[in-house]
Amino acid sequence: MESPPRAPVLLGLGAALVATVLASATVGPVSIDLLTVSKAALNAVGVPAGLSVGVGTTRILGVSVPLPGVSLRYAYPFSFAVADSSETIVRQIRLPRIVLGAIVGFALAAAGTVMQGFFRNPLADPSIIGVSSGAAVGAVAAIVFAVGLPLQAMAFAGAILAAFAVYLIATRDGETPVATLLLAGVAIQTFLGAVISYMLVHAGESLEQAIYWLMGHLQNSTWGEVEVTLPAAFLAFAVLHVYAHDLNVLLMGEEDAHALGIEVERTKRILLAVASVITAAAVAVAGVIGFVGLVVPHVLRLIVGPDHRILLPASALAGATFLVAADTLARSGPAEVPVGIVTAAVGAPFFLYLLRRKEVHTV
Amino acid sequence: MIRVDDVHVAFGDVEVLDGVDLTVEAGEFVGLVGPNGAGKTTLLRTVNGALTPDSGDVFVGEDRIHDLSSRAASRRVATVPQDTSVRFAFDVADVVAMGRTPHRSRFSSDPDRGARVDAALERTETTHLRDRRVDTLSGGERQRVFVARALAQDAPTLVLDEPTASLDVNHATQTLALVRELADESRAVLAAIHDLESAARFCDRLALVHDGRIVDQGEPADVLTTEALETAFDARGVVTTNPVTDSPAVTTLPSTTGGGRRVHVLGGGETGASVVGSCWAAGHQVSAGPFSHDDAARSVARTLDVPVETTPPFAAIDRATVEAVSEQIAAADVTVLADPVIDPAATVCRLADDAERLVVVESRPLAERNYGGDRGRERYESLRRRATVVDADRVPAVLDEKPGPERVLADD
Repeated sequence: MESPPRAPVLLGLGAALVATVLASATVGPVSIDLLTVSKAALNAVGVPAGLSVGVGTTRILGVSVPLPGVSLRYAYPFSFAVADSSETIVRQIRLPRIVLGAIVGFALAAAGTVMQGFFRNPLADPSIIGVSSGAAVGAVAAIVFAVGLPLQAMAFAGAILAAFAVYLIATRDGETPVATLLLAGVAIQTFLGAVISYMLVHAGESLEQAIYWLMGHLQNSTWGEVEVTLPAAFLAFAVLHVYAHDLNVLLMGEEDAHALGIEVERTKRILLAVASVITAAAVAVAGVIGFVGLVVPHVLRLIVGPDHRILLPASALAGATFLVAADTLARSGPAEVPVGIVTAAVGAPFFLYLLRRKEVHTV
Repeated sequence: MIRVDDVHVAFGDVEVLDGVDLTVEAGEFVGLVGPNGAGKTTLLRTVNGALTPDSGDVFVGEDRIHDLSSRAASRRVATVPQDTSVRFAFDVADVVAMGRTPHRSRFSSDPDRGARVDAALERTETTHLRDRRVDTLSGGERQRVFVARALAQDAPTLVLDEPTASLDVNHATQTLALVRELADESRAVLAAIHDLESAARFCDRLALVHDGRIVDQGEPADVLTTEALETAFDARGVVTTNPVTDSPAVTTLPSTTGGGRRVHVLGGGETGASVVGSCWAAGHQVSAGPFSHDDAARSVARTLDVPVETTPPFAAIDRATVEAVSEQIAAADVTVLADPVIDPAATVCRLADDAERLVVVESRPLAERNYGGDRGRERYESLRRRATVVDADRVPAVLDEKPGPERVLADD
């Protein structure tokens, strides 16, 4: 089987993502037709057009940081005539959520692809080294104890701390065996699970909010979250993509990879760190959304093969599309459900179907 | 090109390499032979930089391999690993292209990649597999793909761990011939090879590894000896010369629980040769003769280091020889008459008269080998009456049997 050509596959998946985003924006309590949605969406496209001088503030991880003299100026190249109400609904309510969903799905699927390749294990997903549990501890602590720091910042910090702890525990003499990493990750996840449960027991009135966060959600997303998450996710993705070939060679086994000129431990450290950051960025804004990072890479591997130079971007785009679609489902019912429930409820049966067809036996 | 200098490697308390010294020059193909667990793979892993020795140095060219980055090391040493299993559905061409990894820079493409991959596929006769998924190949096909990958790596030094382990005879020979060619193109090649005969045939030198040491190295014929089989491999066997390739031929035998009897073989020819061989293989202590110089049985006996009495062709058996053989027969538990030729003096019959127990093997009719007339035939027939007569292939088994019950009764 010749690997499918890169460009058509990625263009197709990109087009599917755009189509899903637009279609998703037509859905809601007020139905808006596709043409209007498209115009409003194009109107919302902002292009960075240089820096404006003056005292501005930049929100970093939900914290307003005054950055004198540096703030991005956007130019909006499109200005179609759209009814104000429709424009507001699409641009201020639906699009932030949809775009954030796309970024989160993109990030989780990319991280899942990398983790499965890294661990050469079909069960690996982005949270395997404790990132999601760490984020959950941070977020639940923020909700329950109302510590005053923004929830997203707490979640991000918790995620990075947990991943770093797992890495340190599994590393000895500068070497990090993946099996040890995997087991340390499982142990830390279990431990953090206990911490979360303990906090939930003492949550009192905030219990409902905490549980809602834990289920994974995209409600009340803002452009501010998009502005922080988008560059973080793309930057991390760019680094992962540069290492796609190294990840291919790592699949041959670490000793083989070493014999082929890969600096194995250094490459593992970079992959682990960047995959953790991209996962943390997603989990911090959307909570623990399961199955995207597990199932999407498997499905795409069946379609495009194991070469990460095409698999990684293809998975990321498909993950974005999948999460946007799942979130559309989550919010289109009579009562909104957390998107994590939808991804698991849809993803698990689909995964089982694949298993029964015996096509998923290896990474 | 490769210089291994007093290398020690221990895994925990187990000393796997215990002071290994070895050099491989450019253009030289050195084979590592030795039993399982001797340390061959560990030595290869030390040479390609995967393992850092506890003490000692490995130089490849001018550089200490362990001081190099893995990129620099992999430009100097290409490795064909023992385990070529791949669980991922890469195409063969992709796997071979991975050999170009050390020549690739992160942000630009490798201009030689396509040409090198094509050439490597062609030389290993895997071009037809190019677009196949590597996880659907047979073990032998995969092994050749991994050799192609090492070729694409374009390194002056080649390290191979059992490159022919899962290849059929034809492909094993093709692959080693290719490796031989690669060495002749002035690469330094070090390979662990299980098949001793192939190793002897294609390598310039062999290094015999045993218990973490190189116990012998040199020309294949000097290293591969019956004693080496015994000391290093703990195997019973015999090293002869393959008449076609003129390289050592190794025959190993199963260890036996039977045997242990003293056997003398009289007679000769093809039948005698086969009886000497099979009794020796079954673990009996064999002596043989008298055989004439050009007798097949004599050359087998000589090869197996069996004491053998020899007579010049077409000459009467001299007194000294007769005495020597008599002594051997007297000492033997069993004497085997293998298609004996009866000379006018019926020497063989006289010798056999003294045997404690007689086994007769006949494949030619007596008339064809009796030059002793009626008297010769009578003497032979009388021997035959008290002997056990069996086919040649049954001899070792008969030797293991206890003497017949009538003998036991007679002793009572």
